[in-house]
Amino acid sequence: MSDIAGRLRGAVRWETGLAVVVLLIIIVGSVASPDFLTGNNLFNLGLSNGEVAIMTLPMTLIIISGEIDLSVASILGLASALLGVLWSHGWPMPAAFVVVALTGLAAGAVNGLLITRLRLPSLAVTIGTLALYRGIATILLGPNTVSSFPAAYTNLGINAVPFTGNDITYSTAIFLVLALIFGVVLHATPAGRSIYAMGASAEAAQFAGIRVKRVKTILFMVSGLICALAGVLYTFRLDTAVQNNGLGLELDVVAIVLLAGVSIFGGKGSIAGVVLAVLAFAGIQNALLLTNFNQEATGIVTGALLLASVFVPNAARWLRYWARLLRRPQKA
Amino acid sequence: MSAATLRDPAGKVAGGVRASTLAERVFRIRESGIIVVLAVFVLVTTLVQPRFLSLANIQFILVDTTVFALLALGETMVVVTRNVDLSIGSVLGLSAYLSANLFTVSPGIPIPVVFLAGLGIGLACGLVNGILVAGGRVPSLVVTLATLYIIRGIDILIVGGKEVVAASLPGAFLQIPKATVFGIPDIAIVVAAVIGVGAYYMRTFRSGRDLYAVGSNPEAARLAGIPVGRRVFTAFCVSGGIAGVAGVLWAAQYGTINSGAGTGYELQVVSAVVVGGVAIFGGSGTVVGAALGALLLSTISSALYVLGISPFWDQAIWGFLLIVAIALDQTITERLTSALRMRRTRHE
Repeated sequence: MSDIAGRLRGAVRWETGLAVVVLLIIIVGSVASPDFLTGNNLFNLGLSNGEVAIMTLPMTLIIISGEIDLSVASILGLASALLGVLWSHGWPMPAAFVVVALTGLAAGAVNGLLITRLRLPSLAVTIGTLALYRGIATILLGPNTVSSFPAAYTNLGINAVPFTGNDITYSTAIFLVLALIFGVVLHATPAGRSIYAMGASAEAAQFAGIRVKRVKTILFMVSGLICALAGVLYTFRLDTAVQNNGLGLELDVVAIVLLAGVSIFGGKGSIAGVVLAVLAFAGIQNALLLTNFNQEATGIVTGALLLASVFVPNAARWLRYWARLLRRPQKA
Repeated sequence: MSAATLRDPAGKVAGGVRASTLAERVFRIRESGIIVVLAVFVLVTTLVQPRFLSLANIQFILVDTTVFALLALGETMVVVTRNVDLSIGSVLGLSAYLSANLFTVSPGIPIPVVFLAGLGIGLACGLVNGILVAGGRVPSLVVTLATLYIIRGIDILIVGGKEVVAASLPGAFLQIPKATVFGIPDIAIVVAAVIGVGAYYMRTFRSGRDLYAVGSNPEAARLAGIPVGRRVFTAFCVSGGIAGVAGVLWAAQYGTINSGAGTGYELQVVSAVVVGGVAIFGGSGTVVGAALGALLLSTISSALYVLGISPFWDQAIWGFLLIVAIALDQTITERLTSALRMRRTRHE
């Protein structure tokens, strides 16, 4: 019981820390640039980070369950390429959506089945499918670029959701709704608890009657579907389908999820943390952009945050350890 | 079972010998598996397009393999210890630019000094990785993902929009990948020798064997008195140093170096290592296998090119092969485990 309380306190502390970081970014950002807290800037911020933010949600569940999915950005690219090919062949958009969604599900199912049924390490499998899915996208489109999607759809990528004062993009709105759904599923349903259980110990979860393989396969399929959705949004935002859409985004997604305090070993983390980490990530990129920092080099800050995410909790542990060592002689 | 073997030293030795020959046979199968795939690719491609086996093309494949084979050597040492080094692509990029830029900064600088500079840059990066992973006892996947970003970011800050062009590099430097002995590229021979040394070290030296022990069971290795932290630290330093040298070679091969050099190489190298039969969770695999994995990567790209198949198929085929390799590896390991278990049961 006290262990649970202790763990809860630890988790709360991490999210509080993140909230403080987000606040600091907002303060520093608005001092450094008067444009930072404007609606227009918030809109752009949501625009340029929406797809990555959406992909962090299924990744969170997968990492908590003790696995990893490095193929997310390739599924995004595959969905984008497929949408482009179908559209250029004169398919109606709704039909293309269905095919793209099914492809995302299938891509996730391949990951999930290889990992659960053949008992292969997810790290290796999804490096393989990272190459495979990107490869299929490349075969589909080759060097071609498909653009001039219908305006009714590309507007979804660049316009604001009505009645939000032109501040919230569709991808931001979708992220918020999905975050709510994922949060409820993860934190308030038996399925969510089972994800934590299998992340803490797959074997114990199996003996407790949790269908570990089935749940994990479903998680990978959900990831595939959501990444396909992100691919569609990406395509409409840029009004472009090319084979390298979203190349390398998987590392951003993993970095955000780890920054959120989700343990790479599984069993720990929360959706609230992920939402805060998305804000921190987007806020830093944006603040650096407004202060004319070389935009491509913002990876330095991401990397530093990532290091902090593993070292700060450990520092607390080391401090506690040393404190206990120092206290012991007094007791004796 | 263990009590019985302890009481009967002769039986123990016999069982041990038989088990090790079985294990050896399986390891041989693992590498011969790659050789078979390699042979099939070469054979089929040559039957369709004989100029695939032309001297020029073989030279091209060998030179193309060198950078990846070197990186695979360092990565193998890290992966065997149940860690991973994702920062090598960034290290290669940083080293490639900084070392090639030396020719502009101080004209007439001797080429060996440039290689030493690359080695130094790589070692410094590896040192940071090693300290963070071994000293901080945090997962290497997270640490090297972070240093991948940070080192690439530093590279971008230094390079900016500039680039080193071939015209600013001395002819002797650009000649390095082109020099041959009896038709075999010099650097292929040097890299093969380096891999030979690496293979010999990991097979024979105590500290080399320790790497496998650390990877198959870190806790048991610690209890057996192996300095786990120091071994992991060394592996990261070697991997970084090799990536630094590979960066200089990369610069000599391509001539044009901007801030994007080596982007994404980490995943290709990890793929080559895994296809080469190195278990992603440590404890088994050889440097030679990993180098063969790298050779297979280059051979496939070249075969597709020679066959006139669009290079756009490259990545999909590679991803498919990688998955097949992992699945095969898993099956072999499971067979081996159950075979050993059966053997033990029979001995009881």
